[in-house]
Formats: sequence, C-alpha cells, structure tokens
Amino acid sequence: MTIQVLMPALSPTMTEGNLAKWVKKEGDTVESGDVIAEIETDKATMEVEAVDDGVMGKILIAEGTEGVSVNTPIAVLLEDGESAGDIDTLDELAKAGETGKPAVAHDETSYEQNEIAAQPAGAVVKNRDILYAQGAVIEPPVFDEAPFMASTETMTVRVALKNAMSEEMRSDDDIYMLGEEIAEYNGAYKVTEGMLNEFGARRVIDTPITEHGFAGLAVGSAMNGLKPIVEFMTFNFAMQAIDHIINSAAKTLYMAGGQLGCPIVFRGPNGAASRVGAQHSQCYASWYAHVPGLKVVSPWSAADAYGLMKAAIRDPNPIIFLENELMYGQSFEVPTDPDYVIPIGRAKIEREGSDVTIVAFSIMVGKAMEAAEKLAEQGIDAEVINLRTIRPLDRHTILESVKKTNRIVSCEEGFPFAGIGSEIAALIGEHAFDYLDAPLKRVTAADVPLPYAAGLEKLALPQAEQIIHAAKEVCYAD
Amino acid sequence: MAKTKSKKAGSKPSLKTISNSNPEPTLEEMKKLYEEMLLIRRFEEKAGQLYGMGLIGGFCHLYIGQEAVVTGIQSVQEEIDTVVTTYRDHAHMLAKGMTPEGVMAELTGREGGYSRGKGGSMHMFSQEKGFFGGHGIVGASTAIGTGLGFSHKYRDDGGVAVAYMGDGSANQGQVAECYNMAALWNLPILYVIENNKYGMGTSAARHAAGQLYARGQGYGIPGEQVDGMDVFAVQAAARQALDYIRTGNGPYILEVMTYRYRGHSMSDPANYRTKDEVELQKGNDPIIKLKAMMMEEHNVKEEDLKAIDKEIKARIKVAAEFAQESPELPPEDLWTDVLIEVE
Repeated sequence: MTIQVLMPALSPTMTEGNLAKWVKKEGDTVESGDVIAEIETDKATMEVEAVDDGVMGKILIAEGTEGVSVNTPIAVLLEDGESAGDIDTLDELAKAGETGKPAVAHDETSYEQNEIAAQPAGAVVKNRDILYAQGAVIEPPVFDEAPFMASTETMTVRVALKNAMSEEMRSDDDIYMLGEEIAEYNGAYKVTEGMLNEFGARRVIDTPITEHGFAGLAVGSAMNGLKPIVEFMTFNFAMQAIDHIINSAAKTLYMAGGQLGCPIVFRGPNGAASRVGAQHSQCYASWYAHVPGLKVVSPWSAADAYGLMKAAIRDPNPIIFLENELMYGQSFEVPTDPDYVIPIGRAKIEREGSDVTIVAFSIMVGKAMEAAEKLAEQGIDAEVINLRTIRPLDRHTILESVKKTNRIVSCEEGFPFAGIGSEIAALIGEHAFDYLDAPLKRVTAADVPLPYAAGLEKLALPQAEQIIHAAKEVCYAD
Repeated sequence: MAKTKSKKAGSKPSLKTISNSNPEPTLEEMKKLYEEMLLIRRFEEKAGQLYGMGLIGGFCHLYIGQEAVVTGIQSVQEEIDTVVTTYRDHAHMLAKGMTPEGVMAELTGREGGYSRGKGGSMHMFSQEKGFFGGHGIVGASTAIGTGLGFSHKYRDDGGVAVAYMGDGSANQGQVAECYNMAALWNLPILYVIENNKYGMGTSAARHAAGQLYARGQGYGIPGEQVDGMDVFAVQAAARQALDYIRTGNGPYILEVMTYRYRGHSMSDPANYRTKDEVELQKGNDPIIKLKAMMMEEHNVKEEDLKAIDKEIKARIKVAAEFAQESPELPPEDLWTDVLIEVE
C-alpha cells in the first residue's frame, strides 16, 4: 500500500500554503526525518520532513503551486517492493485533495466593500472625555469616510498594521517598538515583518520573555517623552504586565495632576485563535475597558486596523489595541491616503438595516455581517455596527440605531458576565428603554475556560448561527 | 573624613574608566550636605506633625534616618539625570530641587501640590526637574527607572537614570527582569537599593536570601554595599558608580545600608524591633556625625549650626503654612486629567 504525503499545517490557524520547493525528486530514496519539501505561508517558510521510509513515487503538486489546502495529498511514497505501477488511483487522490479542505478557510475571505453605509456626521465637542466619563451621550467625532474609499488598495490586516506603524515611525523618531520576536524573527505573526530592516535595532527591539519588565520599561520611557509601541505576542501574556498597564500607564496623568502623560500603544492579538486552549484564548476587551485613563480600540477590517493604528500612535494617551490572530490574513480594501486616521470613539455602521441592530467588534463583525446576509434571505433587515472603539464607546451611534430598529443584539468573543454586552445592555436600559420592542440579547462565548477539543471549542465560541438565532428572537420571528 | 566601607561584589568588568578620586570635602561642601539633610529631616518631622493633626491623610512614609542616602547620591548627579523612587519619596523630591511648599501641599492634598492634590504622598512628579515619581506599587520604580535609562540611551543625551528601591522591592520579579534587560542593552541606570533593614515589618534577614548588592552578578552588573549613615561614603560610591555608568559601561547596583527611625508608615507602631535597636542606630545618625565633623575639623561653632537649623525650620514653617492655606481643587476638577484631550 503506497503512502500519501499530505500538505501539513504549520500553525493552528493555517488553512493553506504554497509548495515552494521539492527537495526530493521522484525516484529519490527517502528516510524518515529527511526534508522532502519546503512550504511557505504568509507567516513563515518551513521544511516538510518525511515520516516514513521509502522512495518518492510521484509528486502530485508541482513546485511553485500556491494556495494548497492543508491535508491535500502532495506526493506518494513507495514502500519496499512497490513500484510506480502501484499508484493507480492518482485521480482519486487528487479528488480527495479537493475535499480535504477544512470547513472554514479564514484566509480566503476578501471583502470588497467600497460603498459605505450612511454614517452620523458627528460633532466637535469640547471636553469630550470629561462628558464621556460623566456618562453623557455625545455625538462621535466628525469623520467622513466616504471620500477616502474613492481610492483604495486590497491588503491584509497584517500588512495594514505594518504600513500604519511604519509610516508613523518614518515621520517621528520618538516612536519605537519592542516585544518578543518582533525584530529578527519578523514577528510571531509577521505583523512587524521587515521593520527591523527598515528601522534598525535601535527602534525595533526584541525583548526577553519578560512582559512585566518590558511593559514597565516602555512606560518609563513614555513618561520621559518617547512613544513606544509594545507588542504582546498575545494579550493573554499581557496579564503579566497588567500592573504597569493600569497602575503605571493609565493612572499617572491623573496622579500627576495632568502634568505627566504616557503616550504608549499596547498591541497584539486578543481573543481566541484556534485550538490553543484556555490560557491562550481570551478576550480582554472588558478588562481594559473598565479602566479610566485607557482608550481601548479593536479593529475588524484592514481599513480599521490602518486607520485606528494611526490614531492610536498619534494619541497622547495610553491605548490598548486589540487585534485578532484569525483576522491577520484576511484582505480588505484600505484607503491609499496616508491621512486616513479613524477618530477613536467613533463606531462605523457596516450595514444599514431597519429591523434589528447588531453590535459587534473585532472578528465578530465578520460573523455579524454573515448573519445579516442570511437574515436578509429570511426577510429580516439587520443593521450591523462595528464598534471600532470599545472605550470611549460610541454610545450615540448605538442609541440612534436602536431608536430606529427598536431591537438589539450584542456580539462579542468575551465571557458574558460583566462583558461589553453587559455595558451595552446598561446603555440601552438607561437611554433607550422606551424604544425597545424586545429585550436585548447578548451573543458571547460560553462562560467556561475555552476547551481544546475541536467540537467543544466550536460550541464555546459565538458563531454566526447564534447571532441569527438571537436576531430572530428579538424580532419574534420563527 | 569618614572611611568608605564598601565591599565589592565579585569581579567588576572594565573599571579602567572610573575615577576613584574622592576629594576631601571642603567646609562649604559639608555645610551644603548638612543643610540638605537637615531640610529633609525637618520636613519629615513637620509632615509627621501635620499627619498627627489630621491634615495629611492616607499613607505617609517618612525618611527620617535615611537622609544621607539620597543627599549623597544627588550631590554627584548631573542636571540631565532622571530619578524615580518608591512611595517613601518626599526626600528624593527635595533633593532633586522640588520645593518644600509643593511637596507639603501635595501631602495635604491641596491645589498648590505638585499633583494639585490628586496624587498624595506617594504620587508626585516633576517633569521639569526630571523626577518621575513616587510609585505606590512595590518594584514599579525599578521598571520605570529602566525605561528612563532606556530613553537616555535612545536619545544619546548623556543622562543616567537613578532608580531607587527598598530592600523589600529588591525581591520583586520585575527587578530581576530589569537587571537582565539593563545589562543586555547596556542601559545607563544606577539601581539604588535603600536597605533600611525592614520590608514593612519583615526584617531583611527574614525576607531576603543572599546579598542584595550581589544580585546583579549573574547579569554581569557590578554591585557594591555602602554605609548609608555616612553621607561621604554614599557620595564616593555614587560618584564612582555614576562615572562607570556615564562612560558607557551599563548599569550598576548600590546597596546602601541605612535605617528608618520611624515606622514603615505613620500608622505603624514598629513593634517588630526593640527600642534599643532604634536607639543604637540613632547613635550613628548621619546628620549628627556631620555636625560633629564640622565642629572638630573646621572649628564650626554650635551657634552657627543652630542658625542653619533655625533658617531651615523657618523655611519648613512657610511650606507647612502654604500647605494648609492652599485650597483644595474645586469639584469640577474631579473629572480633569484622566486623559489628554485630543480634539
């Protein structure tokens, strides 16, 4: 029986890759452990090692092929006594390859939405932060996104983040970056790829794995006027550093009577990735959103990532910038104008609708959009709000939408208790109680540490189906 | 002059560039150090008094007994250098040139305080004077100080960050993390461990293994223990350490052996140590010793020194009055200074 060599997954989130090079040719003898091929993804290049001994019988996927799905047969290995004649089912193998694609192919998604929904105009408001702290509902900052969308290019969230950071670093020497594996390794998720080359080791700094120490160091340098961008490999590891984020970065301006600020960006992937277990999969939006003195933003699209990153770096306050690993490879249209800076504190209506408001942020926006499409097929016209900023929350845009639709569903990947949905529920209860035609519904992660098992993990994380179900419930449809 | 009792930790890397010059202090210099230490002592005594009168709230950590540490180190710093310390911070601010009025008014929580009354005893800053707090979290000053050192190096401005910690803080994990990064990146930082023998109520013998000055050894950071009850010993060690750092050799650790006469904070009766122990330490008082030295070596008259004391007391009195007369911030200021307004 011949042995199939399958396209391997290099990471929990990899769904496809390029077959860069065949190291072994047909007819070559292979021993287990031999490198037989090189494959690459947008994150890394890796060597494929043989698991079995044998002879390379047939190469099924040619060198240079792009977008090969994980688990596709890429070669056939002959065992002792077998010959190429034993490979009589090639066509079937190739077919097997097509069906071997994983159910969800994240990196294939591409949104081509240059048309944007009508947005609130916004207003210039003096003492906005003070009014926000006092609980006021104020119009978001003025921003007209439509003209920026006239000229765009398609790029991944990953590249959009890198471009925004690189552009800001080119114009301001006080900005530097530090974090684990960001320089020589080019970033654990390749967000900082090539930045060491461009900016050098003075400004792009690999740290030891000491989050508490390097976060504190960055805060100290910010107090003395530098503008650090701190990458946490994931926000789970920022737990080690949370004392400096809150006690040192967020509180100092107030404790110094306004004299000494802390211009700093803490960024990195937040929320669940894929099959990495409870300690590597948690949404920290509500943790940081709880703290006065911080601003918390969480982009969904590449345009969000670009425009919010620019705003975060230019902001003189400490910013928590919550990215999502599964979004890094997704492509969107991004304005080519380098002054596309999205005001912090302003949400975006991604899809206009009249029947129900769906509020989401980060990866959940995509799921909300998917849900809205399916709801439309069932005659329910959903409005999807991409929060973009968690704190200060754009209360105005949410409330105006609810006053129109009279129904609301909040979506997040965090836990339900004291989550962002709880805050939105409070907002609606306080300011739109009389407008509601149904109680609010929250779509959240299950209130359990995230399980590793594939089936349980899927159950624990909120999916589009749950949003559809919740939207139908508040519409009393079914 | 007093002898420097310093033990060297292991072998020091490249000490060639270091000046060992420890010139005999002139009377002028002695008087200056005396005045600075006395200013701190009288300030702290007054703070204790105002605390007792209910004019200062919360925690109030006094520096009495430790005056020689910050005075000796500050006396050999450069203008560009930055300083950060723990919550026992009043003295560091006075040494850095911040006014007694501004510090005392912060203790009373008034508008005239350095943080306009929003920070309190443990949280004061002066960007202008290069003083970066005042931090209430044990160990935080070390990481922030490492960041200050990083900023000096990044800007190549020739400055050194002086990061103070207590013997208690020295056990924090982030201190080890920072030693590692400071040595790895050759940052210009002087770590000063003010070992006053107690981390709150737990004696160093019960909370710290080994020698604190030697904890940089594994990272290649030279460390030295110095008598913190002798301002000239502190000065000499700091001069040497700062010279070492400023000439590009990276961080340095000074463990300064000192003693606080009062409790950890105003509310601490300090029952964990005997009266005899405190009295014994007071016999080694840095201010009294310097006074005796001036009288013996330079025939300074008692009444001349009394005149200095009188002048300082008058200055502190003015500060205390200011701190009581300055108003509290109006209610609307509850909401300001949370964020820097962007729009």
